[in-house]
Amino acid sequence: MTTLLGARQVTKIFGRGLLKKQRTIALEDFSLSIGSGQPMITSVVGESGSGKTTMARLLLGLESPTLGDVLYKGRDLRRLSPTEWRAFRRDVQAIFQDPFEVYNPFYKVDHVLTVPIAKFHLANSPGESRALMEKALQAVGLRSEETLGRYPHQLSGGQRQRVMVARALLVKPQLIIADEPVSMIDASLRATVLADLRQLNEEFGISFIYITHDVTTAYQISSNVIVLYSGSIMEAGDVELVIKQPQHPYTKLLVSSIPLPDPHHRWSDELPAPAFRERAGDNGGCKFASRCPYVTSGCRQKAPPLFQIDPHRAAACYLYQAHPLVQTEEMDKIFVQRRASDTGQPVAGGSLVEAG
Amino acid sequence: MKSLLEVRDLRVYYHTPRGPVKAVEGLNFALQARERFSLVGESGSGKSTVALSLLRLIKPPGRIESGEVWLDGVNVLALDAEQMRQLRLAQMALISQGAMNSLNPVMRIKPQIVDGIQSHGVQMSRREWDGRVGELLQQVGLQGEVADMFPHQLSGGMKQRVCIAIAISLRPKVIIADEPTSALDVVVQRQVMETLRRVQEDLGASVILIGHDMGLMAQFADRVGVMYAGRLVEEGYVGDIFTQPQHPYSRLLMTSLPSLEKKGVFRGIPGFPPSLLNPAPGCAFHPRCPYALDRCAGEDPALRIVGPKHRVACHLLEERGEATP
Repeated sequence: MTTLLGARQVTKIFGRGLLKKQRTIALEDFSLSIGSGQPMITSVVGESGSGKTTMARLLLGLESPTLGDVLYKGRDLRRLSPTEWRAFRRDVQAIFQDPFEVYNPFYKVDHVLTVPIAKFHLANSPGESRALMEKALQAVGLRSEETLGRYPHQLSGGQRQRVMVARALLVKPQLIIADEPVSMIDASLRATVLADLRQLNEEFGISFIYITHDVTTAYQISSNVIVLYSGSIMEAGDVELVIKQPQHPYTKLLVSSIPLPDPHHRWSDELPAPAFRERAGDNGGCKFASRCPYVTSGCRQKAPPLFQIDPHRAAACYLYQAHPLVQTEEMDKIFVQRRASDTGQPVAGGSLVEAG
Repeated sequence: MKSLLEVRDLRVYYHTPRGPVKAVEGLNFALQARERFSLVGESGSGKSTVALSLLRLIKPPGRIESGEVWLDGVNVLALDAEQMRQLRLAQMALISQGAMNSLNPVMRIKPQIVDGIQSHGVQMSRREWDGRVGELLQQVGLQGEVADMFPHQLSGGMKQRVCIAIAISLRPKVIIADEPTSALDVVVQRQVMETLRRVQEDLGASVILIGHDMGLMAQFADRVGVMYAGRLVEEGYVGDIFTQPQHPYSRLLMTSLPSLEKKGVFRGIPGFPPSLLNPAPGCAFHPRCPYALDRCAGEDPALRIVGPKHRVACHLLEERGEATP
């Protein structure tokens, strides 16, 4: 089966200043392929400045890569014909972070649903269009009589985001790229939106790329996770391994810093001293070197490639250089083909190399 | 034991053309010396309004309608403007949401720290100021050279620590921190929260931490108050609130939190967030409450004691005879 959407060794550099002297590498040597197997939810986790939103924009064709290609069914996004571009727009849908900004306050909520129906000629009559809208809203747990005909300000943030999910669902996409879909929603409503995403994955066979800074929701919803730091992949693979037993020093720091809602498990006291400069310069070495407790001189010279530590996990760190190399474009081979809800059992890992 | 800070029946409304928005509606709580108390709630629960009200920083159309705020035997709401100015920062300091963006971008850090202290009538020689600023920066884990830097040379976490340094510059008795880490990444968030905890312990001050992140509260607080629609619906020790929440809202909120411990079905709280403009009669949570009784729609439940320092506002517990007034 061919890959629906793939990024192949994509690098995106933003230039600034005269002659583009100041360069910011937003994403470096990133590969991912979606849709060559079971529909899966894959998370991309990173802090601000990690390049996760740039990645989403590249995959959606909103930015062009500086190096590498983004491919839709094997065709470069930049060379799609208008017909192919329409098909791409239909197959790959997006849900953005802010459920407040995407609505025009002068239009009723119906507008965001009727536009895609008209654009893609999904319905032949107003009655058919209404039925489609009702079905999509029902799929995300909204009652159409409580939603249609209202203005955006009359809905809660959670409901607005669910309408966006319904809109993405209308065109029957194969992949939804969701960039921080729940970060602006209150805790009590967040769970309902995540439940919707999972249901769409399982019942409608839609793949997801779930982009977030929140490790906990990534763990809950996805099968595989890619951890980004400063534009580079640090660790990737099965969530049960990467998040429950992190091996890369950055992932370890990230996971141990999550404030767990459990007063009996408080942050442990050992935390590396705060670095004076908290972000590394662009010197060709490992991006995490300036904050890493295990840093060696080699780390500062050349960025480490990905090493396959377990059958289903790779980490970009010289601590694991005894393990076989993984090419980034082959990374999807280490991903597990198992849904997040299939099992709560952690997968037994291979021989784990102890850091330190 | 006498409380350091006591809030009695605080009511704060925002007056809009469509009627008063009742952001805080009859709030009561007490803060002990050296205590870390958390007010947690979702957006619109009135938690930030509480922070501003305690320091009387509410601006029109907002107004403190009634209530008393006693700090060490003084009713803060009865002070005149000059007394209030003296009290701010010296006795009660605020670290607001996104405080790091309130630093002046064209001023070095040192004069910004000095400014607050000077406005409370402290005079020092230049060398003494250098020493004082260096001391404050050291207390929040920053190096002395930060004093001569501009805000844009610092990361978000460092700027937020500068704001903590300003907040503790006059050794206040109470530090109010309103979502102090909401714009920061988790690793930096942890460093800032640990800085706040350390300076609080050094100073012997009390902290009111306001926020929506239950995880952060569990990590930081001694006691937690859960707010809903401008009211406190439950308060108790952090262990009790997280392991045996009694109010249906707190309970549903806890089960809706994703954790790393168990994977399961997501359970949100159904229904609409409360309207503060046209609040539901009776208990504000009853339209979303799966256990609502008939009387919940008519009668606003009062906070009642259910355990040691554990109070809950719910008719259900009363009906079951588990609560005492």
